[in-house]
Amino acid sequence: MNGILTMAGVTFREAARRRILWTALIAGALLLGIFAIALRLQVLEFQSRAMSPFVRYQVESGMLMVGLYTCDLLAVVMTILTSIDTLAGEISSGTIQAIATKPVARWQIFTGKFIGFAGMVIAYVVLTFAGTVAVSYAVTGVVPQHPVQGAALIVFECLLALSVTFLLGTRFGTLTNGVLALGLQGVAFMGGWLEQVSGFSQSAHIVTLGIVSSLVMPGESLWRRAAYEMQTPLAGSLSFSPFANVSIPSGAAVGYAGLFFVAVLTLAVWQFGRRDL
Amino acid sequence: MPGVNSEYAIQTKDLAKSFGAKTAVRGLSLEVPRGTIFGFLGPNGAGKSTSIKMLLGLVKPSGGRAHVLGAPVGDVEVRRRIGFLPEDFRFYDWLTATELLQLHGRLCGMTDAKLRARVPEVIALVGLEPHAHRRLRGFSKGMLQRIGLAQALVHEPDLVFLDEPTSGLDPMGRRMVRDILRAERERGATVFLNSHLLSEIEVTCDQVVFIKEGEVVASQDLRARAEDDLAVIAHARHVSEETRAGLAQWVTDARYDDERLSFTVSSRSVLPSVLRHLVGSGADVFDFTAERVPLEEMFVRIMGEDRGL
Repeated sequence: MNGILTMAGVTFREAARRRILWTALIAGALLLGIFAIALRLQVLEFQSRAMSPFVRYQVESGMLMVGLYTCDLLAVVMTILTSIDTLAGEISSGTIQAIATKPVARWQIFTGKFIGFAGMVIAYVVLTFAGTVAVSYAVTGVVPQHPVQGAALIVFECLLALSVTFLLGTRFGTLTNGVLALGLQGVAFMGGWLEQVSGFSQSAHIVTLGIVSSLVMPGESLWRRAAYEMQTPLAGSLSFSPFANVSIPSGAAVGYAGLFFVAVLTLAVWQFGRRDL
Repeated sequence: MPGVNSEYAIQTKDLAKSFGAKTAVRGLSLEVPRGTIFGFLGPNGAGKSTSIKMLLGLVKPSGGRAHVLGAPVGDVEVRRRIGFLPEDFRFYDWLTATELLQLHGRLCGMTDAKLRARVPEVIALVGLEPHAHRRLRGFSKGMLQRIGLAQALVHEPDLVFLDEPTSGLDPMGRRMVRDILRAERERGATVFLNSHLLSEIEVTCDQVVFIKEGEVVASQDLRARAEDDLAVIAHARHVSEETRAGLAQWVTDARYDDERLSFTVSSRSVLPSVLRHLVGSGADVFDFTAERVPLEEMFVRIMGEDRGL
């Protein structure tokens, strides 16, 4: 346990020092600024003409979802970019050798590193999510329907991406890891959209393709579930969008993502434990 | 393994490692006595690093057996008593020297109270006191070697593996490493040393083995070398062929060229007879020096001339 905590502590500090994290934080702050300006302009525009409070609320909720979707995308990309190097890079540079010869089992090194990065990812999501909600509340008074569930699902989506980069890092070099992890994220994105399309289309093939893509990498279905939890029922059905609830991922889809997460981590620990360093 | 002997810090039997079709270590059989400084020598690509990595549990053997401090390789708990300085040591460069040692000490299970006392001590040992609170980012290669050595020793291990510990060090640094290794031996620790600097090995090690293509091809107890394998160089005139032929009963490899007579004897005790023979047969001897055959010479003899990689 001591080994895990020591590794988690140093990894958290290492992760927090990555330039990409600070770039993502600055990008998040910039987007938050743009989001605040856009919301304010919308509010001013609403004030200039008579609009029913109901419609106004629905539009402002929709804009909040745009902000949260941006926050989700940034968090996932930041998670992948900060963590692609941690195992792969330390294995190739030999840094891992001084650690792996200490009386700490490989699974403990892995777990400590994962916890360190998970802590950084959770802090990032909480910060950007809370910032987005705070801006929305301050400008429009609108907050998401179930913010805790929504934030938890976004964190889960990031941890899923983290587990995949850790798994790939036990096998591939940094660059290959990055390309594969981002590629899988693309598959997840595609899967999410195809499932959306399947809500309109009658093609069984598109449905199958969407489901298979989401099974290969179920991250996007977590976002769509988060969107479903956070938005008003009407806003979700208004349009064809990343947060529309044309095809809502079920509890089983979230459960599958949980199993996927456990399986990926188990495989990663096994692979890290058996490989030569 | 059957026959694990507590006299030995390391015991291996036919230890082997292949990477696909390539054999890195063919069948390494070693016995490293406790409390000695043990040199591990071989040309580039002989399988030295792979062997060390197998003994440390970093690389899984393809065959054979090995025990380190009585435990099978890969045992996690025994690593509490092992220190390792990798070749080209590097670590998170945003840590200070003190933080790095605290981290490694903690991973070895040291308490905070113990670390408070031990970390400054080991920093002083490697001569980095003025840099104790500097980040590794600003360290030179030699300073990184020193802090790497400190992390290998911070927990006072019973067995220390050092992979090229003096590369990047200036002569003072090398002397410091030599003194530290001797102090470790005095403490009762075993030092397993891999170095290309044969002159360093020669003055530091008690015993060496020569590795070629992943196998031990020769071993030498350096403490017992005073009496054997002496290289003699004499400055002498009028050394006839007959005189040289007469030397054969005591010496090997006799060569005479431009008043320089060189040969090897296997014992110091024959030197007076050799000298008497030379003088008695009419040679004028101006100078007569007997020295141990340098390890480098021995290395070249055992390994053969460099055929390129």
